[in-house]
Amino acid sequence: MWELIRVNKRNSVLLLFSMASVLLTLGAIIGYTWMGPQGAGPGLLIALAVWLILTLVSFSSGDQILLASSGAVEVTPEVHPMLFNVVEEMKIAAGLPAMPKIYIIPDASPNAFATGRSPEHAAVAVTEGLLSKLNRDELQGVIAHEVSHIIHRDILFVTLAGIMLGSIVLLSNIFLRGSLYGGGSRRRYSGRGEGGGQGLVILIALIAAILAPLMAQILYFALSRKREYLADAGAVRLTRYPEGLASALEKIAGSKISVATANQVTAPMYIANPFRNGHANLFSTHPPIKERIEVLRKMTYGSAYKDYDSAYQNVTGHTGIIPASALQETETVQTRPASSQPAAQAVPSAQANSQQRIRIGDFIRQTQGFAMIACPCGVKLKLPPNLKSDKVMCPRCKRIHPLNTEAGK
Amino acid sequence: MFASLGILTLVILAAAVVLVMMVIGIYNSLVAGRNQVDNAWSQIDVQLKRRHDLIPNLVETAKGYMQHERQTFEAITQARSQAMGAKNVAEASKAEGALTEALSKFMLVVENYPDLKANQNFLSLQETLTSTENKISFARQAYNDAAMGYNNRIQMFPSNIVAGVFSFTKRDYFEVGNEAERAVPQVKF
Repeated sequence: MWELIRVNKRNSVLLLFSMASVLLTLGAIIGYTWMGPQGAGPGLLIALAVWLILTLVSFSSGDQILLASSGAVEVTPEVHPMLFNVVEEMKIAAGLPAMPKIYIIPDASPNAFATGRSPEHAAVAVTEGLLSKLNRDELQGVIAHEVSHIIHRDILFVTLAGIMLGSIVLLSNIFLRGSLYGGGSRRRYSGRGEGGGQGLVILIALIAAILAPLMAQILYFALSRKREYLADAGAVRLTRYPEGLASALEKIAGSKISVATANQVTAPMYIANPFRNGHANLFSTHPPIKERIEVLRKMTYGSAYKDYDSAYQNVTGHTGIIPASALQETETVQTRPASSQPAAQAVPSAQANSQQRIRIGDFIRQTQGFAMIACPCGVKLKLPPNLKSDKVMCPRCKRIHPLNTEAGK
Repeated sequence: MFASLGILTLVILAAAVVLVMMVIGIYNSLVAGRNQVDNAWSQIDVQLKRRHDLIPNLVETAKGYMQHERQTFEAITQARSQAMGAKNVAEASKAEGALTEALSKFMLVVENYPDLKANQNFLSLQETLTSTENKISFARQAYNDAAMGYNNRIQMFPSNIVAGVFSFTKRDYFEVGNEAERAVPQVKF
């Protein structure tokens, strides 16, 4: 586990450096075109400044901005005890130093993401759609995937790389607009006239400005796809139960709706592509979900990294996905049996009565066909659809409520 | 003569400094490893205590509905007090295994009491119990991972020498007796 984290960190640093050099080169080229040879240095510095400001903002409050823009609400344990329990289970299994904050996104599309800048300051957000569709084992798989992103430091990487990409796109947009619609300084400079040589410089700069964002995107998305596989492998290592995540991904893939609040910047953070129109290509943020499910289902020997790696090779025909140095663990990691839970068990505690809890709790119970009875003492009895008794006792006032199928439903 | 003696002294001094630095480094990493194992162990303890605290509440809630299950309740209560009195890892491991078994039997018996299953209070206790069982097994998993890393370092060269001198000792693994104990209580509606 620790070896994988170390290799991950190194790859992140490498990617950030190559994206930074793309950014700085772009800045230098733009400076050169607009202000002549002596402009390359200032151009580079301006690019650096843009990136630095954006990075500082994102480092101090990036997670808050992302959570707010996705409409996520921070919730307390009473709202959804099972979700909190599952997150705490994964926190223990992964040895996280602190409990991540938990957010619910009021969206019917099943999806989830993790954010934050370190394992100490992390947050996990899930949609209401996810909570209503998954059972305990499946939810555990999804949360384990998100917790793996946290311990692999992917949350920081996604933020930093996203900001870098944003800076590159911003600079090249400014330049392209400036050139196409006639930037003042450029015109003055070219007015001094150097003929064809100047035209060539501008052409090269234009090509660079068009290619730079594409290159940065391809680099970024390639690594982000790889991180999804690694987080899947990490999730199985934590839960020792590949089928949980596999069937959760299946349910997520089966949903026909997009996450309404997702956008191009936040898309790589989600457990599965939040948009429903994607094809797998160089610009995919996620690997094909069918392939991920197939890899998980091929893990028949155990739940170690090496089992995931061989299943991955088997399914995709590529060489391994897990860094070789992280594959040296020799112990076998046994897969556990399924916990035989009721299909979905959303049980908010009896005491809590906040607005949030009522909204989310009732939302989930309605989708599961619960019947509601209002007791005169103020307690709202929520009856599971598979209840077979013909009477039920109120837990507070001990009043007996007769049940017949008409009154109950 | 004096100069060469000086060089020799310097070389010996440098070697001694490097050696001392290495020993300090290994010693510190062993201490860090031991703390990690202790921390993982206390995590198991936290979860086991949580389960012990949960049981009186669970028994109290269920008792009224389950008049004919005196034996089941007695088994749970007895296993709990044995587990709470355990003095070492091996003893605790055995007693907690018995408690897990008693609780899973209880969860099977619950099947026969639909009134109980409609009780909101009981449902939330049931979720807490399920999660506590999971937390216990994940805490064990994390403890065993940490203990294995630490034990490896104690046995491998050169850290085994430092471990021997400062008497770092190997840790027991938290082993689960049989397959039945490995499974969480079977909860069914």
